[in-house]
Amino acid sequence: MNRGIIGSIVCAAVASFAGHAIAQDLSQLRGNIRVDGSSTVFPITEAVAEQFSKESPNVRVTVGVSGTGGGFKRFAAKEIDISDASRPIKSSEMKLMTENKVDFIELPIAYDGLTVVVNPENDWADSLTVDELKKIFLADSAAKNWSDVRDGWPERPIMIFSPGTDSGTFDYFKEVIAGKKGSIRSDMSVSEDDNVLVNGVSGQKDAIGFFGCAYYMENKDKLRAVPIVNPVTKKPVMATTENIESGTYAPFSRPLFIYINARSARKPEVRQFVEYYLRECPKLVGDVGYVKLPDSMYERSKTNFASRKMGTQFHDDQGEKIHGALTKVYQ
Amino acid sequence: MNQPTVADPLPGRPRSCVGQFLFGGVIKWILLGCTLLSILTTLFIVIVLATEAIAFLTIESVDLWDFISGGQWSPLLGSERHFGIWPLVSGTLLVAAVAALVALPAGTVTALYLSEYAPRRFRNVLKPILEILAGIPTVVYGFFALMVITPSLRWIHEGIDFYNALSAGIAVGIMIIPIVTSISEDAMRAVPRSLREGGYALGGTKFDVSIKVVIPAALSGIIAAFLLAIARAVGETMIVALAAGSLPVNMVNDGVAAAVDPTRQVQTMTGYIVQIFLGDAEAGGVEYQSSYAVAAVLFIMTLALTWAGAVVSRRFREAYE
Repeated sequence: MNRGIIGSIVCAAVASFAGHAIAQDLSQLRGNIRVDGSSTVFPITEAVAEQFSKESPNVRVTVGVSGTGGGFKRFAAKEIDISDASRPIKSSEMKLMTENKVDFIELPIAYDGLTVVVNPENDWADSLTVDELKKIFLADSAAKNWSDVRDGWPERPIMIFSPGTDSGTFDYFKEVIAGKKGSIRSDMSVSEDDNVLVNGVSGQKDAIGFFGCAYYMENKDKLRAVPIVNPVTKKPVMATTENIESGTYAPFSRPLFIYINARSARKPEVRQFVEYYLRECPKLVGDVGYVKLPDSMYERSKTNFASRKMGTQFHDDQGEKIHGALTKVYQ
Repeated sequence: MNQPTVADPLPGRPRSCVGQFLFGGVIKWILLGCTLLSILTTLFIVIVLATEAIAFLTIESVDLWDFISGGQWSPLLGSERHFGIWPLVSGTLLVAAVAALVALPAGTVTALYLSEYAPRRFRNVLKPILEILAGIPTVVYGFFALMVITPSLRWIHEGIDFYNALSAGIAVGIMIIPIVTSISEDAMRAVPRSLREGGYALGGTKFDVSIKVVIPAALSGIIAAFLLAIARAVGETMIVALAAGSLPVNMVNDGVAAAVDPTRQVQTMTGYIVQIFLGDAEAGGVEYQSSYAVAAVLFIMTLALTWAGAVVSRRFREAYE
């Protein structure tokens, strides 16, 4: 957060040198901006909104957390100006937008990554596949020993440390591993406090845990990240910033988006807020635990917004879903 | 009603009417109000705990019998939720038992030394130091457990979990030593000198007199001290939240024996309440509501211990004067 504040001070200083252009512009804005959607994107939007309101005190930004799907519903009903989304819009939701004549601009803003970690003394788990993770975490299989996960691994009991069940990280992990219907095993140490997880995994040779990649990067010396086998290429991939950016760290990395109602984008306060968002976002995402996009992506987002590029990049003209890394999709 | 006249606290100085009125009337009511405040607070806590706990037990997915007899506590995860209180009770009792094993012998021996053996000057230095121990914030004890006790235990024996009941219990034990010492030392010092002299007259050594005369005579005070200290250990929160872990023992899968293994990770009742209120559950949900039921059980346990302490010290008091 500090970096963000310093950033905004620097921004303000630069602005004042440039003849108060930006600062004055922002402080004279008025109005309301309504945002809703993903709880995962919420911390980023909230951080941006918090800073924005300092420079533009007469604009009220409200950020809700109805979830990505809920956000899109309200977005289609024209109740909100901006929808936070932790996945690209679905075909069914696209249809809803067309029916309601809602034009929108899609802007990727960050990557979310999830790291599976083990104790540094764990010398067997050199990689994990999604199926192996299912064996460990699903309630039905609930592997007791490491030897139940892969042949040749030691017959030592697995100890699991998991983020709180109310957290976005847990939801995301559950979505990938258990899907909609499955359930995660109950005999895990659950804590909302990431430090408890770090201490638990770093203190216990047989432990495994997971949390947002940003938190792993901070505790690299105490933990070992396990490369996750990419389900498509079948190759183990480490959760590095580069691999998350390139999209090869799958399925535990995903891009995050904001969707802007095109009609709202004509309002000066919304336009200024989105421009501010794209400008400040790269500085803020790291602080709130996410990976920033390559600079070129933010540039592209800026041009897309300036030129009002409508619709999603994730569906072709026939409405078919386009798969692949964000940077490829956005070429 | 005839009010007895209040003795003038400053004899020789005539009291004004206003002063008399203030002292006799207003101040008395203020004092009464303060007393009522604590009584009312207790009353409200009981009411809130009772109503919320009943609200939990009347939720459809919860069964009263499962709650009081169940050996599996998994309110947040798994394909099926289980609300059996025993894993949390056993975790709490395990930590308290370890604490008692540390604090009761150490505290009693310290009290005996202070009361019978220590030279007065040394005692005057030692007692305040012991009382400092009581003033250390519990979060510091928790940190001490995590950073010093746990690594030491694991150095001795590798099979001990990083979060474990033993380490937390030892820290809680150290924390409650001053309670044991202070109350039992008061009881020992209250034993009349004539009894000791009688012991010496019969040819007893100092050790004989301490063990065979002073301790039996002060027993009611010592037991009361034990019970109060254990009540404190049962309710301790911060140390166990930091050092004991957050995994309730699964008695159904791992057996009841697992519940008395202090090298394992446990979750205590207080630890669970902390976990829920740190934001692991939505307000109003079953999990959230369950924390009140747990709190009610905990309240009953500590109340019983405190009450037992009071009864013991009254009933078994040996009055000599």
